[in-house]
Amino acid sequence: MSMSAERAAVVTGPGPEGGDETRVPGRWSAVGRQMLRTRRVVLGIGLIAGLAAVSWIGPLVSPWEFGDRDFAAFLQPPSPDHWFGTDNTGRDIFTITMVGMQKSLIIGLLAAVITTVLAAIVGSFAGYFLGATDKVLMWITDLALVLPSFLILAILYPALRGQGWLIFVLLLAAFAWMVTAKMVRGMTISLKEREYVLAARYMGVPAWKIIFRHIIPNMSSLLIVDATINVSSAIIAETSLSYFGFGVQAPDVSLGSLIALGARQAVTHPWTFVFCTGLLVILVLAVNLVGDGLRDALDPQSKSRRI
Amino acid sequence: MTSTETQPAGPDAGSAPDAPVLEVTDLHVTFPAAGQGRDVHAVRGVSYQLRRGEILGIVGESGSGKSVSSLAAMGLLPEYAEVTGSVRLHGRELLGLDDRQLAKVRGRTISMVFQDPLSALTPVYTVGDQLAEAVRVHNPDLPKAQAAARAVELLRLVGIPNAEQRYRAFPHEFSGGMRQRVMIAMAMANDPDVIICDEPTTALDVTIQAQILEVLKTAQRETGAAIVMITHDLGVVAGFVDRVLVMYAGRPVELGTVDDVYYRTRMPYTMGLLGSVPRLDFQDKAPLVPIKGTPPSLSDLPPGCPFAPRCPLVREECTTGEPPLVRVGAETHQAACVRAAEIEANEWTAADIYPVPEIPEDAAAGTPREDREVVLEVDDLIKHHPLMKGAVFKRRVGTVYAVDGISFDIRERETLGLVGESGCGKSTTLMEILSLNAPQRGRVVVLGRESGRLGWRDRFAVRREVQVVFQDPMSSLDPRMPVFDIIAEPLRTHGHPREALRSRVHELLRLVGLEPAHATRYPAEFSGGQRQRIGIARALALEPRLLVLDEPVSALDVSIQAGVINLLDELKARLGLSYLFVAHDLSVIRHLADRVAVMYLGRIVEIGDVDAIYGAPAHPYTQALLSAIPIPDPEKERSRTHIVLEGDLPNPANPPSGCRFRTRCQKFRQLGDDERQRCLDEEPAVIPLAGAADHGAACHYAEERELL
Repeated sequence: MSMSAERAAVVTGPGPEGGDETRVPGRWSAVGRQMLRTRRVVLGIGLIAGLAAVSWIGPLVSPWEFGDRDFAAFLQPPSPDHWFGTDNTGRDIFTITMVGMQKSLIIGLLAAVITTVLAAIVGSFAGYFLGATDKVLMWITDLALVLPSFLILAILYPALRGQGWLIFVLLLAAFAWMVTAKMVRGMTISLKEREYVLAARYMGVPAWKIIFRHIIPNMSSLLIVDATINVSSAIIAETSLSYFGFGVQAPDVSLGSLIALGARQAVTHPWTFVFCTGLLVILVLAVNLVGDGLRDALDPQSKSRRI
Repeated sequence: MTSTETQPAGPDAGSAPDAPVLEVTDLHVTFPAAGQGRDVHAVRGVSYQLRRGEILGIVGESGSGKSVSSLAAMGLLPEYAEVTGSVRLHGRELLGLDDRQLAKVRGRTISMVFQDPLSALTPVYTVGDQLAEAVRVHNPDLPKAQAAARAVELLRLVGIPNAEQRYRAFPHEFSGGMRQRVMIAMAMANDPDVIICDEPTTALDVTIQAQILEVLKTAQRETGAAIVMITHDLGVVAGFVDRVLVMYAGRPVELGTVDDVYYRTRMPYTMGLLGSVPRLDFQDKAPLVPIKGTPPSLSDLPPGCPFAPRCPLVREECTTGEPPLVRVGAETHQAACVRAAEIEANEWTAADIYPVPEIPEDAAAGTPREDREVVLEVDDLIKHHPLMKGAVFKRRVGTVYAVDGISFDIRERETLGLVGESGCGKSTTLMEILSLNAPQRGRVVVLGRESGRLGWRDRFAVRREVQVVFQDPMSSLDPRMPVFDIIAEPLRTHGHPREALRSRVHELLRLVGLEPAHATRYPAEFSGGQRQRIGIARALALEPRLLVLDEPVSALDVSIQAGVINLLDELKARLGLSYLFVAHDLSVIRHLADRVAVMYLGRIVEIGDVDAIYGAPAHPYTQALLSAIPIPDPEKERSRTHIVLEGDLPNPANPPSGCRFRTRCQKFRQLGDDERQRCLDEEPAVIPLAGAADHGAACHYAEERELL
């Protein structure tokens, strides 16, 4: 971030006035400190980090490899041998859940971030410039909105199957940004009439800088809440696609495909369902905690902010 | 009065004719804090008595508890507020009554006029029905037809033309002034004994304010009610009320007759308040008396006198205990100051006790106007907004003539005040100048370069020379940026060397009277006046030559406003700035401006030297405007005759033919038919007046007239 780098230079540069001057911390470091002071954020980040750590370290610790099958134990409940039990084909549920969570974490977080960034940029540019820019961008948005995204994904997926999961993330993001973009556009139209935006314009700040410096940060609470919701909706979209066989494909697993698998026997063999679902709930909860705390940290008028 | 028997016979109304109608004793209001915050002591011991037909003014700055104390008297505070003390109406205790019992009293014996007439009427019922409801709610037996007739009568009483037809109008069809009239009609519907007016004219333009004050006087005459007038405007109080109660930090600090309080002020706060008001009737531009500091937080008050931290006469004993209201001088005059007797004995005035800031002499004051460089030239500027209709196929159904051919120029080191009521096009003019785009017609020349004919680079260079300060200190600073970044933004944009950035920002903060340590904080942590100073620091960062000020002090309290006005005065002299100052407050303009342009419906009606215009205005609108402004001087105010304009501002989409002001013009009414024809047919242009050096008016029958 060039702004914070610039700020850092200001802070560390030798002050010609001497010792009576107070340090001027940058905006982002202030936000960071504020964030770390909020217990929810620390808890949320801790949870996400913990889940990530477990999902990557777990398979290494587990005695079973991802592809292994225990032909002596089909659909066995948790035991010292298989910590989370086994599934219909004798796979160790602990191992596949951890691998599944890796995928879900990456897909969910990445898709949410891409969605929100795309929505913020499209919406704010359309709302700030209006006129032709707005017409074109909103036409694209409306088009994307009326396309049956599920079908398109289903049709496109076989063609892109070989390209890896990154393409899948991009596709998920490409069909989730429209509603947010419309909201952002509306907010931009009202924000651009604010006097501090006018002041920036009349001092000659270029439009794109105004958008990134004044408009988008002042919608950050909306964007953060939106990104948080998007994490869970991306994971759920991935689930349903995987359920129908378009998402994460058979040898690969994700929390979504595991839930789909376990849902069928949730009552009779709960361990095939409970662990992956529980982890999904914890994951979404952790993301929400971070989102909440971030919103407070970014909003100086927020009640829970204490200086 | 033709109305039915609505006068409630209070228990002792007949026995003691001089008994107070409303008696408030030792009223305290506390808002308990949520969570770990501190309780807010909004009102701390207010006592007053109101006799029949008396008008009591309660003045104070925002947060002084003046509104809360009367809301408490009406029982209109939220339930969690803790109210103690006593409020007696005709001897009957109101505190502690439940809502149903209070509802019988409210609107019948005691009623209220609120500040915001926009939200006080229900948009889905007609104005007349709402009025009739107010009548019927306290007289359920009254037939509907009679209630409607009474509503029409009330509407006529408050000066609504065509009352029968307007009865069926909805609130949105009424202007702000008309709605406030309806509110007053509603307040007097049941012949109350007390009417509480909470800033009834603050949201209105001055000419409308004058109308509303007239209506309130009518209401008082008709109902014989006592009025509590809550306001921050010391001018309104001077001419309207009998007694004044000055409040500070939730406590009354001075109480007395208007003359005592204005001429024999015994409390330093009141003195400061009176000294900080820019005066319409003073020609000399002595610096105003600002009260240093800001009002204390009501949740964390100092132990002694709450005014002690800001008081120029502070002594040790001031910080130990809060002084009670004690009698000084006349029998009815009380002040809460330990040194009141000393002030009394020495007959000190604001000028004696407050340090008056030194404002450097303007070096260029001697240079004649013609020899100075033209900084801004506006020639025949128009801005018309099309009125569109239709969803799919938009068609033009009309034009709003927001700005319709105005011309003026500003020379170096000169302040031009642009005044007018809301909707006259003054802000549109500013935005047109600042946009630097080609105007729809006419020319805007900024520092010798014509708008709309500039390349990107030239335009960027012009931006450096022209900066703006906005009205609302809440929204003019990005709430998510620390002050340092806000002030550094123009510097960064225009490539100020990075090493010097910090020292420049600190220098600017000191220049506007803030501390460098403030740079780390966010705008939300500052008071309104401080934010406005930050806005000024930002505008000055690039050392502009022209500063455009859009109502920079109208959102501030008077004591804070004085500091900002002095600052602007000082900066102009020190930095050699030129100002284009837009305001609706003519007193501020008189204090700051060298020249004035008065706008009405998108046109300039009078322009010229400030003393020429204020001394002898020639256009009937300027005369009415000046006459409508109350002066904070009771004797002068009583002896003045106000010109009260009729009606509201016409719709700018459909301005009257010929002279735009003729529909409201007091001069037009006195003219003969032949003379009137000229006003109807011919639009007057600004013509220099004979015998005046710098004074022009756009009236066919311009005639200078002394008013102040």
